[in-house]
Amino acid sequence: MKRREFVQLAGLGIGGMLMTVPLMGNPIPVEALLDVPLDAVQKKQLADVALNTAKSQGATYADIRIGRYLNQFISTRENKVQNIVNTESFGVGIRVIVNGTWGFASTNTVTPDGIKKATQQAVAIAKANSKFQKEPVKLAPVKSYGEVTWKTPIEKNSFEVPVSEKADLLLKTNAAAQQNGASFVSSNLFQVNEQKYFASSEGSYIDQDIHRIWPTFSVTAVDKGSGTFKIRQALSAPMGMGYEYMIPKAIDKLHGPADVMLYRNSYDMIEDATLAAKQAKEMLTAKSVEPGKYSVVLEPNHLGLTIHESVGHPLELDRVLGYEANYAGTSFATLDKWKTGKFNYGSKLVNIFADKVQPGSLGAVGYDDEGVQCKRWDLIKDGILVNYQAIRDQVHILGQNESHGCCYAQSWSDVQFQRMANISLAPGKDPYSINEMIKDVEKGIYIAGRGSYSIDQQRYNFQFGGTVFYEIKNGAIAGMLNDVAYQSNTQEFWNSCTKICDEKDYRLFGSFFDGKGQPSQVSAVSHGSSTSRFDGINVINTGRTI
Amino acid sequence: MPLLTQDEAQALLKKVLSYSKADECEINLTGTITGNIRYARNSVSTSGGISTNTLVVSSAYGKKLGVATINEFDDASLEKVVRRAEELAKLAPENPEFVSFLGPQKYAEPVMFVPATAAITPKQRADAVAQSLQVAKDTKTVAAGFMEDTTTMNAMMNSKGLFAYNTSTGVNFSITMRTEDGKGSGYATRGYNDFTKLDTKKASQIAADKGLKSATARAIEPGKYTVILEPAAAAVLLENIFFGLDARQADEGRSFLSQPGGKTRLGEKLVDERVNMYSDPLNPELPTSTWAGDGRPQEKVSWIEKGVIKNLTYSRYWAEKKGVKAIPGPDGVIMEGGTKSLEELIKGTKKGILVTRLWYIRPVDPQTLLLTGLTRDGTFYIENGEIKFPIKNFRFNESPVIMLNNLEELGKVERTVSVESNVNYLIPPMKIRDFTFSSLSDAV
Repeated sequence: MKRREFVQLAGLGIGGMLMTVPLMGNPIPVEALLDVPLDAVQKKQLADVALNTAKSQGATYADIRIGRYLNQFISTRENKVQNIVNTESFGVGIRVIVNGTWGFASTNTVTPDGIKKATQQAVAIAKANSKFQKEPVKLAPVKSYGEVTWKTPIEKNSFEVPVSEKADLLLKTNAAAQQNGASFVSSNLFQVNEQKYFASSEGSYIDQDIHRIWPTFSVTAVDKGSGTFKIRQALSAPMGMGYEYMIPKAIDKLHGPADVMLYRNSYDMIEDATLAAKQAKEMLTAKSVEPGKYSVVLEPNHLGLTIHESVGHPLELDRVLGYEANYAGTSFATLDKWKTGKFNYGSKLVNIFADKVQPGSLGAVGYDDEGVQCKRWDLIKDGILVNYQAIRDQVHILGQNESHGCCYAQSWSDVQFQRMANISLAPGKDPYSINEMIKDVEKGIYIAGRGSYSIDQQRYNFQFGGTVFYEIKNGAIAGMLNDVAYQSNTQEFWNSCTKICDEKDYRLFGSFFDGKGQPSQVSAVSHGSSTSRFDGINVINTGRTI
Repeated sequence: MPLLTQDEAQALLKKVLSYSKADECEINLTGTITGNIRYARNSVSTSGGISTNTLVVSSAYGKKLGVATINEFDDASLEKVVRRAEELAKLAPENPEFVSFLGPQKYAEPVMFVPATAAITPKQRADAVAQSLQVAKDTKTVAAGFMEDTTTMNAMMNSKGLFAYNTSTGVNFSITMRTEDGKGSGYATRGYNDFTKLDTKKASQIAADKGLKSATARAIEPGKYTVILEPAAAAVLLENIFFGLDARQADEGRSFLSQPGGKTRLGEKLVDERVNMYSDPLNPELPTSTWAGDGRPQEKVSWIEKGVIKNLTYSRYWAEKKGVKAIPGPDGVIMEGGTKSLEELIKGTKKGILVTRLWYIRPVDPQTLLLTGLTRDGTFYIENGEIKFPIKNFRFNESPVIMLNNLEELGKVERTVSVESNVNYLIPPMKIRDFTFSSLSDAV
């Protein structure tokens, strides 16, 4: 499913706009989601058809992904369930190297004959493109893992929870918002299951079962008299978890400044909607921000997106090299800066790592989509840029001989390429709480949740909004603010980081539909952090009159 | 499988409908064949072809709706998908906003299909890219580009007797040419129904020229400037108006088209009186479908006339509730322009900034439609009717509503592609005063 279709489906367009659209995809009954169409033995046999065909046609490398992608989406507004959609997509994607050039083809004819034909097509494409090839593909070595499996460590499979129970939770969420003053509310629950079988000519046969979940809502308060409206989005995070995320646990709740309630590994949707309605109403009359320099105190569900845009994307090696120049852009974090070993990406407090293994994260898998076992590695150490994110065919450019394991395709029908790993800011080493942080700020703004975001194509200049804003005056919260956005430059911003809360405050933010490539593909990724303080940040006022 | 003819599609849909036991049944059939080539660093990085066919069955019992889809077309699969939709409908809660399917409609004959595009060969694609790569070689620039062609068949039928069918073709091309030292970058994008209109060499030359000329950019102070937005730059701002024409949002008080006291801006002057925007499915330069996905006819509709909001889009439910005509949202929008070329607009500008492309557009405030984003791939300072020097990129914070109130002049209409939505438009280059640039960017 493409991001735009999702946004329409979710009814989360501009300003929480609600749209009803014909639903495409492959909706199927609930019970069919739990079928297992092919066992591992059958998949291995089919995989070997591709690998043997490729070899006999002169391929020096081949891989095949047999994928079954299941989704369930439930959309509601106020007291109405608008859509319950089950989608399924099943097929294979085959990638080969011939004459030192990549070729790719996919088919939903999952038979020995269909796979053979698709493999031949991939070989033909590789041969045709090899005339444009300037440098043959060079793959970093990878271990042969044999037959292995990996599964997201879920406690409760969300696809096994009755639809009525899930729809009921969303309707209760909406009711809570309306009872507390919301003019309008829409809520959604997205559940994803990727069943992926990977095999390659390197001798690996990898069977994986991956789960993700995202509950979210949008609450709108309208003051008809003045013609003003304000929107408060949910403070949930999409997670690499099962339905256990939907069952609130006291241990996962954090009381933030003002009336903000924050969530770690489980979410209280009804409680958040109750607070959202109250906060949306408060926003209608909140003070408009005075533009100027502030200390900004950024909560993890907000800071995650800043990390994503200003660290995650610029440190993707394919972007640095120019492969995304026509669309997403290139990067300011060029190889010459990295090679000095002295490039100050941030202050000494800033330690940022990439990983594909953190439990509960959206990016966690056992192996990536080219059969590399996943791991954790450092990107920024004590403020210095030390590494990038790279996959098998590019990591040699860094003088490294082991892929970082961050190759991904959104479906069996799309070719896999380098995608962002989970990129996280390590918590502060000394004990330091959010309350202590607020106490230490003289003139500042506390920002929670994601809002408007925009960054240039080399990732220097960015502007971020948020979900809720509170003024900090002389060490105390002084009320809600409106019309806040901050602008900064990536390197200046991370060098202005003066404090990071400790690990007790650490939690994940998630991006469910990160786009990259042409044709565009989505991927899901988490970003962990603790509340952090950045000094001297330029805050603008976004209020206008039309 | 190849795309179905009208007779084949009709026969298939009749067969599917014959399996239905629900109160109402509606079936949509889509077949698409696409081909693409992507290149970067002066070399092809990926290419592929995808052929997909999808059948969507919507079954309703009273106000309970179920939807199921399949991409296999044997009789057993066709019956199965109808049964699945019916099972889902029985499980679904009643939706009070469900509106019974439409009966037979009359549609104009669509003009979106161009045989030359449907017949495109892998060699033609490779040749088109080779021409672009030759420009890179000749100008010593580094090319990154993408070309995608699409042939589509859409058909629908329902138990109330409605049948609709159309075919369409399209090709989108975009090219970024950067200098070898990375100090300059230029861009061009093109979209057509007819592949033979696409000149990848000419577009690549424009991109290379902009790339080379932008290499010694100077920083000037952010602030309010007169700008000339090329159509590709204007499109990404204006489409936020087109996407925001929903009547229900406006009626509910949560749109830039809402007014105090629960009123809307329908019938009121919103922007400069020289602004006229409409959609016309039969426009030969921007043909679109003559029917919407739910079977409603797509007709010529005026959205903004002499600066006044003339029409809003309605879902069938909301239109019924309000007792008005249910006008569907447009597939492509046309903005009327003037007679001057881009060069003539530049010639008539004392001081200003030429903007090739805007990037990473995000809504900041839905109340005012305030957007943010950045200039990219060719930003130049104009003085006394001439391009004087390249300037560093800016971040802007601007509302297209405010911008169209600050209109100075419109140029000649061109077909362009939005880099944000991939939608094609007919939009003129436009000169705008007091456009708000809020900070500088070091990005090239």
